[in-house]
Amino acid sequence: MRVTQGCFSFLPDLTDDQITSQIQYCLDKGWAVNIEFTDDPHPRNTYWEMWGLPMFDLRDAAGIMKELADCRRVYGDRYIRISGFDASHGWESVRISFIVNRPANEPGFGLARQEAEGRNQRYSTYVYAAKKPEGERYSS
Amino acid sequence: MNDQSMTIRGKDRYKAGVLAYKQMGYWEPDYVPKDTDVIALFRVTPQDGVDPTEACAAVAGESSTATWTVVWTDRLTAAEKYRAKCYRVDPVPNSPGSYFAYIAYDLDLFEPGSISNLTASIIGNVFGFKPLKALRLEDMRLPIAYVKTFQGPATGIVVERERLDKFGRPLLGATVKPKLGLSGRNYGRVVYEALKGGLDFTKDDENINSQPFMHWRERFLYCMEAVNRAQAATGEIKGTYLNVTAATMEDMYERADFARELGSNIVMIDLVIGYTAIQSMAKWARRNDMILHLHRAGHSTYTRQRSHGVSFRVIAKWMRLAGVDHIHAGTVVGKLEGDPNTTRGYYDICREDVVPENLAHGIFFDQHWASLNKLMPVASGGIHAGQMHQLLDLLGEDVVLQFGGGTIGHPRGIQAGATANRVALEAMILARNEGRDYVHEGPEILAKAAQTCTPLREALEVWKDVTFNYESTDAPDFVPTPSVAV
Repeated sequence: MRVTQGCFSFLPDLTDDQITSQIQYCLDKGWAVNIEFTDDPHPRNTYWEMWGLPMFDLRDAAGIMKELADCRRVYGDRYIRISGFDASHGWESVRISFIVNRPANEPGFGLARQEAEGRNQRYSTYVYAAKKPEGERYSS
Repeated sequence: MNDQSMTIRGKDRYKAGVLAYKQMGYWEPDYVPKDTDVIALFRVTPQDGVDPTEACAAVAGESSTATWTVVWTDRLTAAEKYRAKCYRVDPVPNSPGSYFAYIAYDLDLFEPGSISNLTASIIGNVFGFKPLKALRLEDMRLPIAYVKTFQGPATGIVVERERLDKFGRPLLGATVKPKLGLSGRNYGRVVYEALKGGLDFTKDDENINSQPFMHWRERFLYCMEAVNRAQAATGEIKGTYLNVTAATMEDMYERADFARELGSNIVMIDLVIGYTAIQSMAKWARRNDMILHLHRAGHSTYTRQRSHGVSFRVIAKWMRLAGVDHIHAGTVVGKLEGDPNTTRGYYDICREDVVPENLAHGIFFDQHWASLNKLMPVASGGIHAGQMHQLLDLLGEDVVLQFGGGTIGHPRGIQAGATANRVALEAMILARNEGRDYVHEGPEILAKAAQTCTPLREALEVWKDVTFNYESTDAPDFVPTPSVAV
């Protein structure tokens, strides 16, 4: 399966040129660009690990692409996403977020059901890969 | 037209008998509205032979303290404060016999935090007043002091996006079709297919409540099975607007509680449940971490005609105060009424913190929302993937685009329809962010994306000639320079 979180998951994987354009878009808007990675893509896993701090002061997409290359070198078997953070009043949150790296194989998610009162089911989504400890989930 | 005050003052004002409204203090051309006043702008069409200023003064009177004759009991009150004051009357451009009346109301006339109380005054008896042929509430200026007495949207655009983990693009939805007749089991199938195919939301239609073909609990149970299955199939948060509209508040709470128990992240209500019920559900939604979708069922009965009723921009303002998170606000290009400029005005009212006066968009006053949460507009009705560039251009990024027929009517099925819409959207966002002239290059961008997406290619082929080009019945009446007061 293909995890479809983020802004561009239904398109073919973005090339580095395309990623650079999207980063430039964020910088032109004055947003801080952040690189995060995880090997637990559960849809409720909000806090992916940060690759350093959000880059509040970088104004050049090339510098961020270099950070991305470094992150990929270390965590190339995990999900990596780029987000643009807008600190202006009334938003103060993420403005865009998209996946720029994913594991070669994405086993996806299971759905556990527990019978509850009446016909109710208690649903629980679990990440197949997350049964293994962090760091051992996608590397074979 | 903005002639002298004719107010009779002192003891003569209170002599028993009948006075003209403009003699009673409801016409005060020298009045300067206070920052804390509520201001209403009415379009007044007097009966033939009725003096326009008198008609406008009457509107001020009948929507505040007046009755048809002088009453001595006025003298037991600070009557001058409580009288609404019409302070300006302008002829409506290009519309002989109609006048824009600006009327100021003191804040003490209104109960804090109650849309019902506000509307009982402003659109109460006055709309049936005999000396008027027609009356329309065009816009209102809600002072910050009053805005601050309302909860506002239970969730708001920013927190909704955070909860859904979806940023940088419009959200995608679809209304389950056919709107009536599906059993719960079949209904859930449509929800599952649409969500798995790439939509973020599906939606009950306004008249899906609890009918013989599908009782509400069946719908809720099967829909939540579909939502959870689709979530696991994609790794994305999904939702379905469970319509909890019902005959009584107790029934609505019961349904909403069940939706929460099942883990739904959103419920929906119809505008026809009334302002008090809407405010109750907004408070319930805030208490229960629930997004609250409002379907504006019924609004066209009073918003559509230019001469009489209430403009939708006013309804949108009331709903932002009342505290819903989503509101249908028009598509411009779809099948339902919507002049582009007027629609733009509605969207600004929903999403901006400060909305400046803009007569071209039908906005007559600066409106400050004082950090009240933002309300997500929803575009629904007769839209399809081939219009993606126009939709993004006209409606922006913070909007739910709902493709009902444009998803379910896809020749290769619902999943394919959903995928076509999602791919079209992502391709357009990518191109926009790259700085391309996506509005003009839209068809090319879509065609290029369709090369690697068969469902999109098929969608573009099926709906390529579908447009709804009819003249709007509700467009702003303005002249680019300020109209001359006669």
